[in-house]
Amino acid sequence: MLTYILRRAALIIPTFIGVTLLAFALIHLIPGDPVENLSGERGMDPARRERLLHEFGLDRPLAVQYATYVRQVLKGDLGTSLTTHEPVLSEFLTLFPATIELAFFAMVLAVCIGLPAGILAALKRNTVADYAVMGVSLTGYSMPIFWWALLLILFFSVQLGWTPVSGRIAVEFDVPASTGLMLIDSLRSGEAGAFRSALSHLVLPAIALGTIPLAVIARMTRSSMLEVLREDYVRTARAKGLPYWRVVLIHALRNALIPVITVIGLQVGLLLSGAILTETIFSWPGVGNWLIHGVQSRDYPVVQGGILLVASIVISVNLIVDLLYGVINPRIRHA
Amino acid sequence: MHEAAVAERIPPAREASAWREFWQAYSQSRGALIGLALVMALVLLALFADVVSPHPPNEQYRDFTLTPPAWHEAGTANFILGTDPVGRDMLSRLIHGTRLSLLIGLISVTISLVLGVALGLLAGYFRGLTETTIMRLMDVMLALPSLLLAIAVVAILGPGLINAMYAIAIVLLPHYVRLTRAAVLAEAGKEYVASSRIAGAGPIRLMFATILPNCAAPLIVQATLGFSSAILDAAALGFLGLGAQPPTPEWGSMLAGALEFIQRASWVVTFPGLAILITVLAFNLMGDGLRDALDPKLKR
Repeated sequence: MLTYILRRAALIIPTFIGVTLLAFALIHLIPGDPVENLSGERGMDPARRERLLHEFGLDRPLAVQYATYVRQVLKGDLGTSLTTHEPVLSEFLTLFPATIELAFFAMVLAVCIGLPAGILAALKRNTVADYAVMGVSLTGYSMPIFWWALLLILFFSVQLGWTPVSGRIAVEFDVPASTGLMLIDSLRSGEAGAFRSALSHLVLPAIALGTIPLAVIARMTRSSMLEVLREDYVRTARAKGLPYWRVVLIHALRNALIPVITVIGLQVGLLLSGAILTETIFSWPGVGNWLIHGVQSRDYPVVQGGILLVASIVISVNLIVDLLYGVINPRIRHA
Repeated sequence: MHEAAVAERIPPAREASAWREFWQAYSQSRGALIGLALVMALVLLALFADVVSPHPPNEQYRDFTLTPPAWHEAGTANFILGTDPVGRDMLSRLIHGTRLSLLIGLISVTISLVLGVALGLLAGYFRGLTETTIMRLMDVMLALPSLLLAIAVVAILGPGLINAMYAIAIVLLPHYVRLTRAAVLAEAGKEYVASSRIAGAGPIRLMFATILPNCAAPLIVQATLGFSSAILDAAALGFLGLGAQPPTPEWGSMLAGALEFIQRASWVVTFPGLAILITVLAFNLMGDGLRDALDPKLKR
């Protein structure tokens, strides 16, 4: 098992180097160098330009610059934002819990609805229930989520007035940030109604973000379930006289879940993609919103650092999923 | 082998029967047929956008700003789906948007298909360092969430419709490379490739003429599904202000431009989104249908 873990972990090193190369290249591929961008419209006299280029180390060979960059990254120095003058890493770490909270609830929603829906569709194959689940999930899968989010706002916030339109909690609550997760912080603050407010702010963004993973999980569960239900051991279990629900939920589901878990792990990248759009629409103060602002205001250290961090997270999660897969399925481990 | 033997016995019918077999498998699914019909309708709409749309897409009818759709009391038959905040006809803009979206899909899928197939063939055929370099690069690209990668590319190239297409082509690329490589690896060891090599075929001929046609099925499916992700990503980029710029009638940027009017005039937001959904759904239905029809594992 340990060799498997080490071998699998070693594989991500080249990928990680590639990501740092990409992030490094990003700054150098952007038209105009950082000094030029700093000087603005007025321009800059050549002597000062030379001095600044030297100061930033931009006059050195690219390979040296890359080595310096990697050294800084490994020390946790991702530069400072051009707009807020805060270190990029600390900005990211302040905002990341908001994205985790949103993504986590989106995923919980997707699993809690997608899994049973997929099982139902598989058991009631070629019935109205099956067609309904598959139709809805194909629609969800094809949904432009920024539009879906707007429809949710139009209906639940504007028409019915059930949920707030944006933010994480109503302004009247001043919840001290300890974990960065608003639901926990608001509970711990002890203020009446704070938790309720935080929860009502979370519902719509979580639905919007969870829709595509939900559709993917439902489809995957259905096809995986259908495959497993055809297996001989399922028939054997039925023939032994075990109750139907027990065969489905214990014997079949356990094996059907293996590909589903992989798919769930793979949704992390999708969730972070979706978070960019969802956070923009709901003014959710997370990393997606922050990145888009960075791109729009040409805050390159933020874009560079953000891409590096998000990619590292996705790589790490994929690694964890792979390792878990090895735990669940010994055939992978010994391949 | 068996198929080839049958084909030899009845040579003239071979082409036609392959098509018929495909069509029989494809037309079994109602969803696939609906998808095909929708895609054909959208293509016709895009081709004849100038003829079909009742107004020019960028003409501003200043006296008719935010006119509701025709079925509303305040609506007029002149603007069936209403007008936007500066008085442009929604229906005409949506029809011209179809042309743009399909073009975005076509161009970005073509670019990444051509590049991806070439890289995949190289990786699968030559193996060794070539393969490692190409596949590691693709791994890096796959590690980034698709929209984030597209945003990174747009950050380098600058916002705009053309750059958005390049960005999407790059995002789609790893899928084609991986598929082609896997298919080449599976095919390269087979006897027909060896016999072609013995007959004197060079690497180019072997790669493109001998191996590639036998890898076509998964690529066709992936290309169809690539259309839907291209259209979806382009709309997302347009919505974020990083894709098509106003006044281009692109669905995503139409949505973004109308955001502040969402409460007063919901139609300026609902219709462009509906157009995206229908188009993406159509390509997904078609892609699923193609997969079921072309995937030999599912054939009975």
